[in-house]
Amino acid sequence: MNFHFVNVHGIRAIYRFEMARTGRTLMQSILSPVVSTSLYFVVFGSAIGSRITSVEGVSYAAFIIPGLVMLSLLMQSVSNASFGIYFPKFVGTIYEVHSAPLSYLEIVTGYVGAAATKAIIVGVIILVTARLFVDYSIAHPAVMVLFLVMTTVAFSLFGFIIGIWADNFEKLQVVPLMIITPLTFLGGSFYSIHMLPPFWQKVTLFNPVVYLISGFRWSFYGLADVNVGVSVAATLFFLALCLAGVWWIFKTGWRLKA
Amino acid sequence: MLDPPPIRDDLMKPMHPALAVAADPVIEVRGLDKTYEGGFHALKGIDLDVRRGEIFALLGPNGAGKTTLISIICGIVNPGSGTVTVDGHDIVRDWRKTRTIIGLVPQELKTDAFETVWNTVRFSRGLFGKAPDDAYLEQLLKDLSLWDKRDARILMLSGGMKRRVMIAKALSHQPTVLFLDEPTAGVDVELRRDMWAMVRRLRESGVTIILTTHYIEEAEDMADRVGVINKGELIVVEEKTTLMQKLGKKQLRLQLHEAIAELPQALSAYQLELNGKRDEITYTYDTQGERTGITMLLRDLAAAGIGFKDLSTRQDTLEQIFVELVKEGA
Repeated sequence: MNFHFVNVHGIRAIYRFEMARTGRTLMQSILSPVVSTSLYFVVFGSAIGSRITSVEGVSYAAFIIPGLVMLSLLMQSVSNASFGIYFPKFVGTIYEVHSAPLSYLEIVTGYVGAAATKAIIVGVIILVTARLFVDYSIAHPAVMVLFLVMTTVAFSLFGFIIGIWADNFEKLQVVPLMIITPLTFLGGSFYSIHMLPPFWQKVTLFNPVVYLISGFRWSFYGLADVNVGVSVAATLFFLALCLAGVWWIFKTGWRLKA
Repeated sequence: MLDPPPIRDDLMKPMHPALAVAADPVIEVRGLDKTYEGGFHALKGIDLDVRRGEIFALLGPNGAGKTTLISIICGIVNPGSGTVTVDGHDIVRDWRKTRTIIGLVPQELKTDAFETVWNTVRFSRGLFGKAPDDAYLEQLLKDLSLWDKRDARILMLSGGMKRRVMIAKALSHQPTVLFLDEPTAGVDVELRRDMWAMVRRLRESGVTIILTTHYIEEAEDMADRVGVINKGELIVVEEKTTLMQKLGKKQLRLQLHEAIAELPQALSAYQLELNGKRDEITYTYDTQGERTGITMLLRDLAAAGIGFKDLSTRQDTLEQIFVELVKEGA
């Protein structure tokens, strides 16, 4: 390792520390999202799926899988990353990170990398769990992985910003519950936006989550509400926006350094 | 009772004893100024050199700027104007280098309560860019009497144990400059004594130590040099012994054979004090003066027919000097 350029040990220390926290909170981190997603499958897949047999040729139960995985990815990415950076702020151990020979990018890599990893693990477990309920296929696995990674990294960065912004636990919950969840539910998780009236089809295009779910669903079934290229571009744009936000925070020390 | 932890030679960067407290500064602060966002002017043009291998005590009342100064040097608070170098490296330009050298034990107990002692110390070492070295950390925990608690969650530890964990974390990456910000606050007398024994050993191994403390007798006992900061200004930096000689007043107390009604007019030049029972005279004199005046006083007392049965001298403690300095600056 060339320490003058990258503090690899430092990044690894943060990453491992955060991953170890997942181990301590296995119920909350892994089991809880799996159980709740399974309930969605039972309620939406079985109950509603028996009324809506298929959407654009895909069984309804299979159709909602990408949306449900995306819902979990977004929630997990945001909550893991926001809690990861908020907790050391809350208990005061953040002093150690500030006084360590770590660049901003290295700090972000450690925290966001761990948050994204945890979200991906949950996403994969949900996909495996879904297999118990529904038979589905993945038409474009590479694109699926690309969306999985881009989305978790982008929303982990977003969560990191929320964790820095929050000065109490309530604020930590506000964004995931009041913004992410509604946007995901209204972003085509459980329906194709083509099923909406024309006016609402236009309105819903302002919801950034539409592009994530549409692109992710395309990687499964080749079905998309918006062009997959646009979905990739929108995800990259959001990623860049979050990166810029994090860069600004560290540059100014906003809510981090006096 | 805790044995004073023997710090292994290889725990710290070795330094030849002859180099200890060499005159070359390891920390150089020049014109450091800091104003917080709310407008509070915390530091006002601080100039300070901390010498390699010394124990430097930074004293000052609450809110004087001690923690701000330490926090800036450690990278926790952004500096305003001015420069700080550590071991010749600028803390802003060469931040990676300077932060590798520095260890910090903050004033408050800030630990991840749910983590084990071992994991948190290992985490700290990694954070500072050092490869894992379990043998070193094992010895460090043993030296701090924490080895038996290595698998215990920090929330299960006593306050004194937590304080030691903080020290272990600060030493986990083998720093050569150690900041101890009120390290013995809330620590019982026995543990405090043990901690200071450990600080001395660290110094002997070549670590430069900068400490703040409210227990001024500790600074008096431990420090090579003392700096007093008040309202963001460094009002004095001096060798401890010199400071005490320079600013410390000395008093001669004479226990009289019998009480006297009042002091004779002939002794007025000595500005003596007669105590409540009127059987003890106190004479305050300047230790730096060419003459203390004691010989003359004793002669004049004899001439006035005032006899004494006992005498004693008393010098100002560092605490008294500190209080005077801060009062003057108020």
